[in-house]
Amino acid sequence: MSNSFLTLINLGISLLFILSLRGLAFPRTAYRSNLLGILGICLALTLALILGKHRFLILLGIVIGTAIGIFIAQHLQMTGLPQTVAAFNGLGGLAAFLVACCAVLEDKIDPFDTPIGSALGIFTFIGSFVAFAKLQGRINGTFKCFSNRLNALLCVIMILSLIDYALHPNTTEFITLSVLAGVLSLSMTLKIGGADMPIVISLLNAASGIDSAVIGFVLSNQLLIITGALIGMSGAILSFIMCRAMNRSLINVLFSPVTSPSITISTDISQPIKTGTPPEAAFLLENARKAIIVPGYGMAVSQAQHALKQMAKILQEKYHVDVKFAIHPVAGRMPGHMNVLLAEADVPFENIFSLNDINNEFPSADVAYVIGANDITNPLAKTDNTSPLYGMPILDVALAKTVLVVKRSLATGYSGIDNPLFYADNTIMLFGDAQKVTAEIVKALEH
Amino acid sequence: MDFSTELLIFTLSGFIGYFIVWGITPSLHAPLMSVSNAISGIIILGAIEVLNDSTDACINTIGFIAVVIASINIFGGFAISQKMLQMFKPKETPKDKQQ
Repeated sequence: MSNSFLTLINLGISLLFILSLRGLAFPRTAYRSNLLGILGICLALTLALILGKHRFLILLGIVIGTAIGIFIAQHLQMTGLPQTVAAFNGLGGLAAFLVACCAVLEDKIDPFDTPIGSALGIFTFIGSFVAFAKLQGRINGTFKCFSNRLNALLCVIMILSLIDYALHPNTTEFITLSVLAGVLSLSMTLKIGGADMPIVISLLNAASGIDSAVIGFVLSNQLLIITGALIGMSGAILSFIMCRAMNRSLINVLFSPVTSPSITISTDISQPIKTGTPPEAAFLLENARKAIIVPGYGMAVSQAQHALKQMAKILQEKYHVDVKFAIHPVAGRMPGHMNVLLAEADVPFENIFSLNDINNEFPSADVAYVIGANDITNPLAKTDNTSPLYGMPILDVALAKTVLVVKRSLATGYSGIDNPLFYADNTIMLFGDAQKVTAEIVKALEH
Repeated sequence: MDFSTELLIFTLSGFIGYFIVWGITPSLHAPLMSVSNAISGIIILGAIEVLNDSTDACINTIGFIAVVIASINIFGGFAISQKMLQMFKPKETPKDKQQ
């Protein structure tokens, strides 16, 4: 087949990918975006199979991989979404690493691209699996790991060995570089805590995209370069959006010293808090004209979204309360995490609002129902310029007439900072599991 | 293809990505991650390419493993996205609004 024909087909496939991502611009067109993506990949695979040798072997590999992938996806609970996405992302990194290794074995050596491709691949792989293990709860807490100085030293050694490799390609430097990239990835991701996960996952997504592009440079494959650039950019923008939503720089997330929560906790036990019971909460909610629900990671953990939807529905239909959902960009553990869970529970789109769209409505709300969220509602972010949260855009729940906070205990959020919201005069705490408390409110509302 | 052409393609694609991704609604960021993650499994083409060029058993084995792993990434990723997007879909139908 002629070269220009191949380029034309690559153009078509690239357009499919572009349209696929573009489809996600509106909920209405989102559904087709996945189909366009699948079509693009299948076209690319068919072409590769037609042109290649080892057809049987490749087809066998694809069939096995597809079966495993679909099996995993089918047994996925939506709560496990962030870690599964992280794991798949890691597999992409591993595949890229293996391809780079093969390229070296075949002496297809670009002085810079090949080692960068392999290093990025292993970086993505290990980073993603640390993220996976953390989200899955296999690794708990933050680790001290290497100090930033040691990490910086690692980077310097990597750059030196990269230059050395570029001058005289040799296997030792290649292996050194890959191992160092793995160690760096481990040391950087192990110390990043749960609430920074949306940033880490987006960043690793970007890394795997750029890695595809780098391998594309090595193999002179247009499609890899185009797709890699698209996805690298997508991951980079998501990371930027997440960072902006926390008012932190990327550097700060990756390199901030690990703060030990014991220092920052200053819980004054003598401060009075008001606690309430689900029936009391139900009474407040049914007499409200307007209620805003603020979900956080705690809702995901206890799978309270169905009970929550139930509650919203009864309030709307039986008591004619204006119910809205307010979603902070970094609520949950991956970008858009809360939206997926609410979609799973069939909460209508038009009831869900983003931070900027709803924040000025809190003063007119009678009740704010904060379920499993903490740091994203902390008023200290506005008032205390010594607080690490200072400057982070928050949902102004404290401005609502009454704030109901569903929480397991008074423990601080991920940031380790006490939340004055809990002690405010207009706040009532409902201690307990998010799902149980919400279900009890539903029961009380039904009577 | 020389390096400058490759760089040209890379840069322009990056810009296209930039404008597309900023246009995506925040509520669909999770499917975006999952779809883009699946598409990044396109690295499978690299694995197929090294397999095609090789006669060595060792490379064949590594390449084969890479194909399997990349396929998990691709089709697992698309299956998850499908699951997610299906949940976003029904809310558009008027029937659902009546409920």
